[in-house]
Amino acid sequence: MASGEEDGTVEEKETNNKKRTKGAIATAWLTFYNIAMTAGWLVLAVAMVRYYLQKGTHKGLYRNIARTLKFFQTFALLEVGHCAIGIVRTSVIVTGVQVCSRIFMVWFVTNSIRQNEESVILFVVVWTITEITRYSFYTFNLLNHLPYFIKWARYNMFIVMYPLGVIGELLTIHASLPYVRRSGMYSLRLPNKYNVSFDYYYFLIIVMLSYIPLFPQLYFHMLRQRRRVLHGEIVVEKDE
Amino acid sequence: MSRTIFFEVEILDSKTKEQLCFLDKVEPHSSVGDIKSLFHKSYPKWYPARQALRLDPKGKALRNDDLLQNLPVGTSATLYFRDLGPQLGWTMVFLAEYIGPLLIYLLFYFRVPYIYNHKYTLTSSSHHVVNLACACHSFHYIKRLFETIFVHRFSNGTMPLRATLRNCAYYWGFAAWLAYYINHPLYTPPSYGKTQVRYALIIFVLCEAGNFSVHWSLNSLKCEGAKCRRFPNPSKNPFTWLFFFVSCPNYTYEVGAWVGLSIMTQCVPVALFTFLGFIQMSIWAKGKHKTYTREFKDYPNFRMPILPFIL
Repeated sequence: MASGEEDGTVEEKETNNKKRTKGAIATAWLTFYNIAMTAGWLVLAVAMVRYYLQKGTHKGLYRNIARTLKFFQTFALLEVGHCAIGIVRTSVIVTGVQVCSRIFMVWFVTNSIRQNEESVILFVVVWTITEITRYSFYTFNLLNHLPYFIKWARYNMFIVMYPLGVIGELLTIHASLPYVRRSGMYSLRLPNKYNVSFDYYYFLIIVMLSYIPLFPQLYFHMLRQRRRVLHGEIVVEKDE
Repeated sequence: MSRTIFFEVEILDSKTKEQLCFLDKVEPHSSVGDIKSLFHKSYPKWYPARQALRLDPKGKALRNDDLLQNLPVGTSATLYFRDLGPQLGWTMVFLAEYIGPLLIYLLFYFRVPYIYNHKYTLTSSSHHVVNLACACHSFHYIKRLFETIFVHRFSNGTMPLRATLRNCAYYWGFAAWLAYYINHPLYTPPSYGKTQVRYALIIFVLCEAGNFSVHWSLNSLKCEGAKCRRFPNPSKNPFTWLFFFVSCPNYTYEVGAWVGLSIMTQCVPVALFTFLGFIQMSIWAKGKHKTYTREFKDYPNFRMPILPFIL
């Protein structure tokens, strides 16, 4: 009987140890991931600044950085996995929607269409600033040494960056519409043996319309988080 | 002579915590349902189905058949109220969900004006399979309406109005989308011709018969609302023998019928509808299967939730 009880506690200790090891591995991986992504977007930022300083114009800048941008943006798919297996406590759906919209822009809009350069530069610059802030925030958080200015940046810059990014994305999709219509790309017409049709032109219009319900939801979610994080701080200061 | 101790019940709003209602002289053997009726008298627009009463603002809602004297409250109880929004009874919900697809498909079948090119308005398709698909689709929903009215016995549960509208949008929208292609002037009949249609029809008919048999058999279980004394078992009807292998053969047959319709029409939207329905029904089947295994200790291990041996 006594040995049975001992086995119980030994098992408990083993599962606790396993949990701690899993937690340590997860933290190590996440730290590496966030450092790598911060570095990647920094590289992008540097490349864009260098191009502009050397050429004096933004024409052709997107084509220059497109490959690096696609690489690091696609890598962000891993974040959906992190949420799915539970090592990051965010909703899979929210992360999924955000990552998918980025991937869609980068692979299906700018990749295939000759672009009006200004709106593309707008959203790429916004993305770069936002992502550098976000990933460095996560990195410092995981290392338990979060400088206040990073926290400030993460929870305040989005107020301006988010709408600017949306404007850039919407202008880009809108600019691509005439080209999509003319070329009939990614579209399937009737008749065909699958008895289905797909019009990429109308699909893009639906995507643009979907920003109307989705953007406010994400924006207010961030505003609420901001109030919770920064307001909590004010309360602590008062106690001191 | 023993004195009956009466309870006092105070009902507060979950969010604002203000007192909405105070009931004194409540019989101790009253149920939560009785309290909801009393509350309804003071607030006529909040009928009992709309009320969620909790012991703790963030806790679980109390059941209608919980008795006041069995709750951990003492003689003076505080309950927290939340409005669940307008509710619809299950019968109304299903009628709304099924009438839509039935009628919408027919609008496309008869090629009502403004859907297709105006030169095709009110014409009919030259393909036999299009007529057959209309007959099958309509039969499927008429059968469902019949079952909702005459066969199924629903608990007194309700569904929130918003959820019903969302479901209706999904079913009606998908019906419109798939009906558009099947009844389109440029529809392409199945690649393997009459053979494909014939076999698909057989699958469809067998699965519809199976689905009905299972619903009939579930109906004959003596259930009081959601609680049943026995779990469902195969009967003399061969269609119910699927109960040997799965917990929810009604879902299995439902997926089968839609697979039949997909093959018959060779239409991607129909296949997509089948696939999404299969995912949803698998989730429901898994839940039901878990409930059965938890409630009945002698539940057969052999059974899977929805697909024999697989899922």
